[in-house]
Amino acid sequence: MSEARKRLTSWDSIILVLTVLVLIIASLSVDNFGTSRNFTFMVLDLLPIILIALPMTMIIVTGEIDLSVASTLGLTSSMMGWLWNQGLSIETIIPLCVVIGAICGVVNGFLITGLGLPSLAVTIGTLALYRGLAFVVLGDGAVADFPWNYTGWVTGTIGGGAVPNVLILIVVLALLFGIVQHATPFGRSLYAIGANAQAAHFSGIRVARTKFWLYVVSGAVAGLVGVLWTLRYSSARADNGSGLELAVVAAVLLGGVSIFGGKGSLPGVLAGVVLLTALQNALRLEDVSGQALNIVTGSLLVLSVLLPNITTAVRGNYQRRRLRQAASR
Amino acid sequence: MLRSPRTLLSVTSAALLVAGLTACGGTTKDSNTNSGSGTQASAAADPNAAIKEGLKIAFLPKQLNNPYSDVETGGGKVAVDELKGEYKLVGPNDASASSQVSYINTLIQQQQDVIVVAANDPNAVCPSLNQARAAKIKVITFDSDASKDCRDAFINQATTQGIGESLAKMALEQAGADGGEIAVLSATPNATNQNSWIEVMKEELKKPDYAKLKLVKVAYGNDDDQKSFQEAQGLLQSYPNLKVIVAPTTVGIAAGARYISSSSYKGKVAVTGLGLPNQMREYVKDGTVTKFALWNPADIGYLAAFAGAAMASGQITGAEGEKFKAGKLGEYTIGKDGEIVLGPPTEFTKDNIDQFNF
Repeated sequence: MSEARKRLTSWDSIILVLTVLVLIIASLSVDNFGTSRNFTFMVLDLLPIILIALPMTMIIVTGEIDLSVASTLGLTSSMMGWLWNQGLSIETIIPLCVVIGAICGVVNGFLITGLGLPSLAVTIGTLALYRGLAFVVLGDGAVADFPWNYTGWVTGTIGGGAVPNVLILIVVLALLFGIVQHATPFGRSLYAIGANAQAAHFSGIRVARTKFWLYVVSGAVAGLVGVLWTLRYSSARADNGSGLELAVVAAVLLGGVSIFGGKGSLPGVLAGVVLLTALQNALRLEDVSGQALNIVTGSLLVLSVLLPNITTAVRGNYQRRRLRQAASR
Repeated sequence: MLRSPRTLLSVTSAALLVAGLTACGGTTKDSNTNSGSGTQASAAADPNAAIKEGLKIAFLPKQLNNPYSDVETGGGKVAVDELKGEYKLVGPNDASASSQVSYINTLIQQQQDVIVVAANDPNAVCPSLNQARAAKIKVITFDSDASKDCRDAFINQATTQGIGESLAKMALEQAGADGGEIAVLSATPNATNQNSWIEVMKEELKKPDYAKLKLVKVAYGNDDDQKSFQEAQGLLQSYPNLKVIVAPTTVGIAAGARYISSSSYKGKVAVTGLGLPNQMREYVKDGTVTKFALWNPADIGYLAAFAGAAMASGQITGAEGEKFKAGKLGEYTIGKDGEIVLGPPTEFTKDNIDQFNF
C-alpha cells in the first residue's frame, strides 16, 4: 500500500474528515449551531479538555496514563479560593497555582519513575488523594469574588467579536506541544518509549527522566486549567472538574492514540476533542437528553478503539495478498 | 530524574520569586471592586399588560431524574399549559457546580423567553445567566437561588423563619398540654438550611408559650436511611421520656417514623417534621404520625412559570412591591431582592394526605 494511501486511511485522517463532516452537517441542519456566539460557547466547553489532552497525548504515547488530572484541577481550584481569601493578589495566585499543579505532577512522577510503580495504580490513588486534599482546603464551600477583569477575560471574546480570548491560549499551547511532539528528538523518543521502553532505554533514551517531566508538565497544565476553570465559572470549589479525566482520555483515544502506547498524533487528538464537543453541542441544541448523549459518546469511543484495529487487520490482509500475488508471478 | 533535583529547585524558586514580586501592587481580595454586576431591569412594569401566548419557558433543575424536582417541574408544565406557552425541560445528569452552564448556553442559542433554574452553585451559573439576560431572556430561580445580581426573581419555597416556627408549633401540638422532652433528628451537622431552621426553632422554644417543651438533643442521621433509623433508636434509649422527635429532613422523618411504628413506642412517641406525603402515607394511616409539613413542590414550579410569564409579558420587572396573578395560587407580591415566597408550608394529616401525590 502506498505511503499516501496509508496516510489517507489512517485513523487520525478519518477522524479529521469526520470532524469536518459533523461541523458542516451541524451548521446546515441544526438551528443556531453556526452562530458566532455558539462558537464561543463551544470553545469554552472544549478549553479544559483540549489543554489537558496536550500533555495527556504525550503520556499515553509513552504507554502510561495520568488519571489524577481532574483532581489536580480541583485541588488547584480550592487552593486558588483559599489563597484569594488569605488576601494574596490574583497575579501571585495564578503562577502559584500552576506550581501547585506541577508539584502534584512531581509526586506522580516520583512514584511512577522513582519507585517504579504502575502509572494506572498511582494516578488512581492520587486521583482520590488530591480530590480529598481539595475538600480539606475548601470543604463544601465556594469562593466566588474573583476580580471581574480576570473572569471576564476568560469568558470574553477579542474586541467583543467572534473569537474567544482563550482561543489564543489554545492555539499557542497546541502549537507548542505539537512542535515538541512531532518535530523534536524528544518527541520522537516518546514514540520509541511507547513502542518498547526497554529498547528505548538501551538506545540511550532516558526513559525515567522523560516520563517524570511529562507528569510534571501534565500537573502544571492541570493547574493552569484549574485557574481557567475557576475564573470561567467564577467559583472556586473542591468538586470542580470531577470526572473530567475520563473526557480527556476519551478524546485522546478517539483522536487515534493507542492506549498501548507508541501510536497517535496531536492533530488527530485535536480533531477528536472538537468532534466530541461539536456533537454534544449539536445534540443538545436538538434537545437530545443527557442519557442519549452519553450513549452517543460512549459508542463513538468503543468504535474508536475498534475501528483502527479493524483497519489494521484489513490492511494486513491486503498486504499479504499482494505479497502472494508477487510471489506467484 | 533524581539527578535533577537542582533543576526542579531552581524552577520552583524562580516561580516563587516571580510570585513574590508580583505580590506587591496586584489585584487582591481587598482591592477588588467587583464591577461585573448584572444588567438591571430598566423597563417600567405595566401591571395591565396581557400575558403573551406562546412563550417559550424552559426549566433547568439541579439534575434530571430526581423525584423531588420531577414534581416541581411537573407543576411548571401544568402552569405553562395554562399559559398556552411552550414547555421545555432540560438538565444535567449530575448536580455538579458547572454542569448547568452548557445547558444555559444552549437555551440562549434556542432563544427561550424564560429560563427557570435551580442553581447548583450560586456563582458558577452567573456569567451565562447574565448572557441570557443580555439576550432578553427572563431568568427565574427556584429551589436554590443564584447570586441575586444574575437573576430577575427567586421563588422561595418558604422563609427560614416560617419553617422554624412551623416546626416548633407542630412539636408543641404533638407533645400535648403537659409538654415534655423533644429531640431533633436532622441531616448532617453542616447542612446550612437544616441548621438555620433549627436555630429559628430554638429561638421559638425560648418564648413563654413553649415553656413546657425541653429540647434534649439534636441528633444527626446524615440523610442516610439506616443511620437515621439507628439515631432514632438511640434517642429513645438515651431519653426514655421523650415525647416528640422533630425531623426537618424527609429522610430523617421517614426513618424515625419507621422505627417508632415497629417498636413499643408506637402511640407514645410522636414523629413530626418535614416529609414527603408518599413516604409518610403509611405512618399517617397507622397512626404513628398525626401531622407533618412540607411546601408543595408542584406549586413551586407552578409559581415560577407564572412569575416568568408575567415578567416576559412586561407585567412585572422584579422590583419590590410589584404584584402579579399566579393562576390557582392567587396573587403574589415581589419582596426584597426579587424574592417571591410561596407561602407557609402545607400541613399534612390523615384527612388531607390522599389529595397529594409526591
